[in-house]
Amino acid sequence: MNALTATALRVLRQLRHDPRTIALMLLVPCLLLALLRWLYDGSPQTFDRIGGPLLGIFPFVVMFLVTSVATLRERSTGTLERLLTLPIRKADLIGGYALAFGLVAVVQAVLATGLSVGLLGLDVAGATWLVLLVAVLDALLGLALGLLVSAFANTEFQAVQFMPAVVLPQFLLCGLLVPRDQMQPVLRAISDVLPLSYAVDAMVRLTGSSEVGSRLVLDIAVVAGCVLAALGLGALTLRRRTP
Amino acid sequence: MPNRWFILTGERGRFDIRRMLNSAPGAAIDADGLRVVRGGRTVLRDVAFSVPRGSVTGLLGPSGCGKSTLMRAVTGVQDNVSGRLDVLGLPAGDRRLRDRVGYVTQAPSVYADLTVRENLHYFAALLRAPARDVDRVVEQVDLGDHQHARVERLSGGQRARVSLAAALLGTPELLVLDEPTVGLDPVLRRDLWALFHRLAADGATLLVSSHVMDEAERCKELLLMRDGELLAQDTLPELLARTGTDSAESAFLALIESRGDADPEEARR
Repeated sequence: MNALTATALRVLRQLRHDPRTIALMLLVPCLLLALLRWLYDGSPQTFDRIGGPLLGIFPFVVMFLVTSVATLRERSTGTLERLLTLPIRKADLIGGYALAFGLVAVVQAVLATGLSVGLLGLDVAGATWLVLLVAVLDALLGLALGLLVSAFANTEFQAVQFMPAVVLPQFLLCGLLVPRDQMQPVLRAISDVLPLSYAVDAMVRLTGSSEVGSRLVLDIAVVAGCVLAALGLGALTLRRRTP
Repeated sequence: MPNRWFILTGERGRFDIRRMLNSAPGAAIDADGLRVVRGGRTVLRDVAFSVPRGSVTGLLGPSGCGKSTLMRAVTGVQDNVSGRLDVLGLPAGDRRLRDRVGYVTQAPSVYADLTVRENLHYFAALLRAPARDVDRVVEQVDLGDHQHARVERLSGGQRARVSLAAALLGTPELLVLDEPTVGLDPVLRRDLWALFHRLAADGATLLVSSHVMDEAERCKELLLMRDGELLAQDTLPELLARTGTDSAESAFLALIESRGDADPEEARR
């Protein structure tokens, strides 16, 4: 077994010993979507407008939190230091995390999308597999950013505080609350460089139309590029020698 | 003479003759002029020693004297190391050493939310060690009854043994063990020292730290440290003869007094 799959299996085994976390990761997005559907009972078109983007935002937030705490734990318990003295490449370690949490993200996306489209009546014009793809990419984006910021946190308190610091601004500016083309130019410019904006744009395009246009492909490519860039930066924060 | 070699070969040359002349042949660890700076403070000052292959060498000294830093330097996880430090004939921290050196930190570094076997299977996979290695190390640290228990349910001593077991996987040539017997029951402590000597008899080299001077009696070679400096490298009988004392503890005191810096505060100034 290679180091990548061994690491992914190890992360999944850790999760298996923690059924409450699995339940929270998988069920909370579903419950929130159901709550939202109930909230907008009188205007199904509002649910259609924000339900799609939220299918991408929930996995993003959940994976950000889970990864930043999990990586911080590796650092604080000394297991990261042990791993870095062993014959494992940093790419295999990070890839193992991405693989394991990516699988969880697939299950989460299947459940949330299935519930929204099947039971809650969310109108999705585009292909369901594309919705799943974007949701999983969003989860990986959260994972990659979580991994990156955990290097700047010394305690779990600090790690959790990065959620409002890194995730909330992206949420406010992603176009869900105010459409991005109606924003003040400065805010629009900021929103243009935040990866979540492209994730939400992709979801909006997918739920609104069944054609796969070049803009959709571009949005997906930007999100995927950001995932790779953040994972690469995250790898740089794993130092074999520490002071 | 040494200066001429220096000019001829350069300080860090690949075929440094001076380096070959000074190195003890076949030493597992060989250090000269070793210096470590942490947060602006020099925590290891001009340390030189060599650890013979196949020996159990004790690294003894009070807590805070730099034992852990020295071990971190040997395993290649310590930053800001200067001087010469060769491990199994390679510079410390070389990637080729990653499956040849086993390192056990003072705090057990295993996954608390996994079982003993799950931990060991993971580390064995990374080391490409054979699957039966897991059974061997479980038996070596006497954790057979707890191998299916999650590490978080184990006592502190048992956790320390899981961490040790992980380092034994793949049969490393050098084992660096930071205070492996702290807080263990005397019977277990005796058993672990017996294990260390069996491993050395099979050809492994062990560097074991302790702040308990009594443990000196269990080591073939001793490195005595204090306040970032190496006071002595000797065997226990030689050390006792040289200082005219009858225990490691009093030999340690005699060494400090002979240096004339008995007061640690004074020494630092």
